[in-house]
Amino acid sequence: MSQAAVKTSDIAIEVSGLSKSFKGREVVHDLSMTVKRGLIYGFLGPNGSGKTTTIRMLCGLLTPDSGEGTCLGYDIRRDADKIKRRVGYMTQRFSLYQDLSVRENLEFVARLYGMRDARGAALAMIRRLGLNGREEQLAGELSGGWKQRLALGACTLPNPQLLLLDEPTAGVDPKARREFWNEIHAMAADGLTVLVSTHYMDEAERCHEIAYIAYGHLLVHGTVEEVIAKSALTTYTVTGGDINGLSAELAGKPGIDMAAPFGTSLHVSGRDKAALEATIAPYRGRGDLHWQQSEPSLEDVFIELMSRSKDNFQ
Amino acid sequence: MSVTDDHPAEREMPFGFWRRSYAMLVKEFIQLRRDRISFAMIVMIPVMQLLLFGYAINTTPRHLPTAVLMQEDSDLARSILKALENTAYFRFTQEVHDVDTFNNLLKSGKVLFGVEIPRGFERGVRRGDRPALLVAADATDPVAAGSALGVLGPIVQTALAHDLFIGSPPDPPFEIRAHARYNPAASSRLNIVPGLVGTILTMTMLIFTALSVTREIERGTMESLLSMPITPVEVMIGKILPYVLVGFIQASLIIGIGALLFGVPIEGSLTLLALLSTLFITTNLAVGYTFSTIVQNQLQAMQMSMMFFLPSILLSGFMFPFAGMPVWAQYIGEALPLTHYIRIVRAIMLKGATLQNLQYDTLALLALMLVAMVIAVTRFRRTLD
Repeated sequence: MSQAAVKTSDIAIEVSGLSKSFKGREVVHDLSMTVKRGLIYGFLGPNGSGKTTTIRMLCGLLTPDSGEGTCLGYDIRRDADKIKRRVGYMTQRFSLYQDLSVRENLEFVARLYGMRDARGAALAMIRRLGLNGREEQLAGELSGGWKQRLALGACTLPNPQLLLLDEPTAGVDPKARREFWNEIHAMAADGLTVLVSTHYMDEAERCHEIAYIAYGHLLVHGTVEEVIAKSALTTYTVTGGDINGLSAELAGKPGIDMAAPFGTSLHVSGRDKAALEATIAPYRGRGDLHWQQSEPSLEDVFIELMSRSKDNFQ
Repeated sequence: MSVTDDHPAEREMPFGFWRRSYAMLVKEFIQLRRDRISFAMIVMIPVMQLLLFGYAINTTPRHLPTAVLMQEDSDLARSILKALENTAYFRFTQEVHDVDTFNNLLKSGKVLFGVEIPRGFERGVRRGDRPALLVAADATDPVAAGSALGVLGPIVQTALAHDLFIGSPPDPPFEIRAHARYNPAASSRLNIVPGLVGTILTMTMLIFTALSVTREIERGTMESLLSMPITPVEVMIGKILPYVLVGFIQASLIIGIGALLFGVPIEGSLTLLALLSTLFITTNLAVGYTFSTIVQNQLQAMQMSMMFFLPSILLSGFMFPFAGMPVWAQYIGEALPLTHYIRIVRAIMLKGATLQNLQYDTLALLALMLVAMVIAVTRFRRTLD
C-alpha cells in the first residue's frame, strides 16, 4: 500500500468549499473540514448556524450548491448510495416509526440494510441498549431518553463506519446524556468515527476535536485546548457585589468583548488584554468585588465567537 | 420587580368567549392562506366540477354507437338505416357481415346497439311477409338503452312511411324486433352492482396510498428513511403491495355480496375477473401513490383524491351513460381507470366477456398504471432539497 493510500484511509470526512442556499438565503458558506477516522468530532454553533444542513450534505440528503468532498472515501455528490450504506444518521427530531414497537423498528432497519438475521440483530441491539422488557412497547410511548437510545441503536445497527448525530441529546436528562456519551466513546474506541452536533459545552469537552460554525461559516476547529488557545482571550472572573449592574455597566466599553454572568459570578473577557485591563482598572479597586484572572472556558470562547460572527455576517 | 395582583390573565375579560374564538379564527385563516394548493382547491373544486359535469352529463343520450350486420345490401336496407340515424339516437360506427364479429362488438361494449338486416329482407317486404328487423341493445345500462329502444317503434315507422311511401303505421310492412341483451328485465341493479365494485375500490384504494408518502413527511420519518439505502421504486412497491391484498379482499366481498344478495350473475370467468380486478386495484393504488408524491400534506392528499374521485363516478359510465357524453368528456373518461374497469366488470359479470373482448380496456388500465408509476418514481424526492 502506498503512503497516500494509507493517508486517505485515515480520513473519514474531507470536504472543501461546501455551500448551500435555501430560497436565496445562504445557510452554509464555503465550508471546509477534515475529520480523522476513529475520532469523536464535535460540531458546535448556535441554532440556525448550518450544522444540520452540513450533516445532511455529508450523507447525501442534500445536494451542495458548490463544493466537493468525500465521506468514507466516496464522493458526496455521486456516491450517495454507497455512503448511505456505511453511515448511520441520527436525526435531530425522532424519526423512527412511533406506531411500531421497539423491536419492529429495529427489524425494519435491519431488513433495509439487507441483514440476514433481522430479528436476531434487532434482539441483540435491544439487549445492548438495555431495552429488555420494552421490545414490544411502541416507540411513540417511550420517554425522551429511551427514544434517543433507540434512535442511536437504529443507526448503529447496520454496523456503520461513520455516525452522524444531529443534536442527539437535546431534551435528555443529565444521567441519560452521560450514558449516551459513554456509549459513543465505547464505539469510537472500536474504530467508529462520530460527528456529533451539540449545544452543550460539557459535551463539546468530551469530543476529541471540535469545530465551531456560525451563520454558515466555520470559524474555528481543533482540539478543545487548541480552540481555547486560538481565541487569545483574557478572562476575569468577578464575584461579590451587584454582578448584574456591573455586567450592564461594562458591556460595550473598550476592550470588553464579553461580560456574561455565570450564577453568582461574572466572566469578563476581551481579546485586547491591554484595553481590557485599562477599562476594568477603576472597578478593581472596589471593595465589594473580587477580581481574579482565569483561564477562559470553552463557553466563553464560543459566546465571544458568536457575538463576533454576528457583527461580521449579519 | 414586584408582581402585581391584576395580572392580565387573572382579570375577567369582556367577551372572552368571542375573543378566544376570534383568535382561533384568525389563526385558521392564516394557515389556510399559506397552504397554496388547498387555497386553489377552494375555487377549483366547485367551479371546475360544476362546469365539467354540467356540460358532460346527459341522461337521455343520443348518437349512441351502433353496429350494422348487413346480410343484404339493398336500397330498402340503406333507407332504413338512414331513417334510424335520423332519429339522432343511433350513430352507425361499424358495418359488419358476420354474426360473430357483430356479437363481439356488443360484448366488448364497443357499440351499444346492433341492427341486423336479414337476408332476403327487401324481397320479404315486397311480398308482404312482414320480415323482422332485429335491433339488439346492450341493456347492461338500462338508462342508455332504454330511451333509444322506446322511440324505436313509432319514430322509425313514421320515418319509413315518409321515406318510402309504403304502408302506414297501423299496418307496417315489417316488424322491428328489439332485443335487450344481457339484462332483459332492464334491472338497474344488474348495472349498478358491478359498477359499485369499481367505485368503492377507487375510493378506498386512492385514500390508502394518497396519504402514504405525506404521512412519512409529516411525521418526520422521511428524513431517516431517505438516509437509508432504499430506492424510490422499492419504497413504492413496498407501499403498494400490501393494499393490493386489501383491495382484493374488498373486491371479493363486494362481488360476493352482489352475487348472493342482489342476484347479479357472473357469466364470465371468475379467474379473469379476479385478475383484471387486481390490475384495476393496482392502478388505483399507483394513482393514489402518485398524488402522495405531489402534495405537501395530508389535507391536500384528501382533496386531490376527491378531485379524482368525483369525475371517476360521474364520467366513467357508472352513473350516466358514457356514450351520451360529449366527445371531450369521453376523452376525460378514457383517462380514468374506473371507466375501463366498469366496462370490464360489467362485460365479465353480465355478458360473459373473455379477455379477447376486453383487450382494449385491459391495455388501457395497464398503460394508466405504468404512467402513474413512472410519474410517482420520478416525483419521489430522494433528497430533502
